[in-house]
Amino acid sequence: MSHKVVLPIGPYHPLQEEPEFFRLYVEGERVVDIDIVIGYMHRGIEKLSESKHYDQSAFAVERICGICSNSHPFAYVLAVENVIKLEVPERASYIRTIIAELERLHSHLLWLGLAGHFIGYNTVWMWAWKYREPVLDIFEFITGNRQHYGMMKIGGVRRDIEDKEIPQIRKMVDGLKPALDMFKGAIMDDPVIKARLKGVGILTRQQVIDWCVVGPTARASGVNIDVRRDEPYGAYDKVNWNVIVENDGDILAKTIVRILEMYESVSIIRQCLDKMPKGPFDANFQDVLAGEGIGRVEAPRGECFHYIRSDGTNRPVRHKIRAPSYMNVASDKVGAVGYTISDATLTLAAVDPCYCCTERTTVINKPDNRKIMNGWDLVKLSQEKTARIRKEMKLDE
Amino acid sequence: MLILEQVKNKLGDKVIDIKIDTPRRVYLTLRPKDIREATRVLFKVLGFRFITATGIDTPKGFEILYHFSYDRAGMILSVKVLIEDKKEASIDSLATLFPGAEWIEREMWEMLGINFTGHPDMKRLLLNEDWPEGKFPLRHEHES
Repeated sequence: MSHKVVLPIGPYHPLQEEPEFFRLYVEGERVVDIDIVIGYMHRGIEKLSESKHYDQSAFAVERICGICSNSHPFAYVLAVENVIKLEVPERASYIRTIIAELERLHSHLLWLGLAGHFIGYNTVWMWAWKYREPVLDIFEFITGNRQHYGMMKIGGVRRDIEDKEIPQIRKMVDGLKPALDMFKGAIMDDPVIKARLKGVGILTRQQVIDWCVVGPTARASGVNIDVRRDEPYGAYDKVNWNVIVENDGDILAKTIVRILEMYESVSIIRQCLDKMPKGPFDANFQDVLAGEGIGRVEAPRGECFHYIRSDGTNRPVRHKIRAPSYMNVASDKVGAVGYTISDATLTLAAVDPCYCCTERTTVINKPDNRKIMNGWDLVKLSQEKTARIRKEMKLDE
Repeated sequence: MLILEQVKNKLGDKVIDIKIDTPRRVYLTLRPKDIREATRVLFKVLGFRFITATGIDTPKGFEILYHFSYDRAGMILSVKVLIEDKKEASIDSLATLFPGAEWIEREMWEMLGINFTGHPDMKRLLLNEDWPEGKFPLRHEHES
């Protein structure tokens, strides 16, 4: 007799942005369906934006996300610049690109750490977060802030990078390379991690297309899209870099894409520091005329989209925002189904939303609402599966 | 702009207006009744990716912009429709064509009060359950 069990995950987690609530329907160990409930952090920023003037909104949208706090203002200023067809000084484009790639580095390291934790590799977690610190130090050095950098401005950036600072930034960026090499080796050559992540949480190419998935999640399934290349903004068309694409669509592929992307980010930052021309870093724009415009950037999680409609006043009539997780999280509906609950925490985390809430998970047996296990048990389940694989490979003897 | 020619050919007289704002930002106007068929052509035949949709309350009615990306050319094609009847606002759901449209239609339904005919799972997405019925946060008070 099959016991259909409902397994709620969420909604709150102190670590990550975006609380979400997942209700897993489980038969035996297998996940058969999933309900996703979002909206816990809905703050009405689109509505709020209608009452803020254009300069203020750059700050407001920076608060949408604590992790990609640069991607939203970046897409927003591109949207406004598209409305008024404003050209940004070249130096500002380079500085914007440097900030955007630093953000990708710290975001991917954050993800890597949590993924490590979920499979019981706490060393990966601690290392990843240790090496995320120097990235935040670079942010502090350039912008004065470790989060919420406040760099984006319609027409340019708020702060220049002074020439005398560049050697120090270059040194700090180069310092990340050995850490990346270590992660690449430790994760991509580890037979246990490979066995644990391979073939789990597969999103097929067609599923990616049907669910309109973006970013590393799409690229891990062989869908070759990246706004940085497809519609170059900032200085992405002035430096050499590669779009990383993998074909397997499983969590291993998503991990590889993110690890290899970090190398590209370091390379992009280095080239920007070398090539950045002298000159102004702000176009000093005046008024936003009536019209409409769209800005989009490749955030660490995928395409971040902003639409602005202006009626010629100092506030937009409509400001539409779409974060990449909006599309990616919805795809969990197919990504997590069909696998065991010991893979669920990992699969839900693999699209890099917030890892919402796994720690507060409760498994409830539906008929009598009896609590079977809590969130820690679920993480433990995932870690035990890794331990089992280690044992099968006779690595613990 | 080969792809735009293909779009015009395939959609034929469904296209009311086409505005090339910049080479990468194109706005196309259709009648609301044609949206499902046009999306089928764009999404399934011509290989456009659906980004999202923007619903706007204007004095003339509800405007919806369906944003599609043609990644090979880095172009965004925004398909505009105007639903003039605000009291009984409704349009065909795209979620029956591809599931990626499910959430944004739920959002437009709760924020503006537009009905999406044929949506498989219409319920609130972002608003809390104690939000009053019939209040739509993104509607404007227009002077008549």
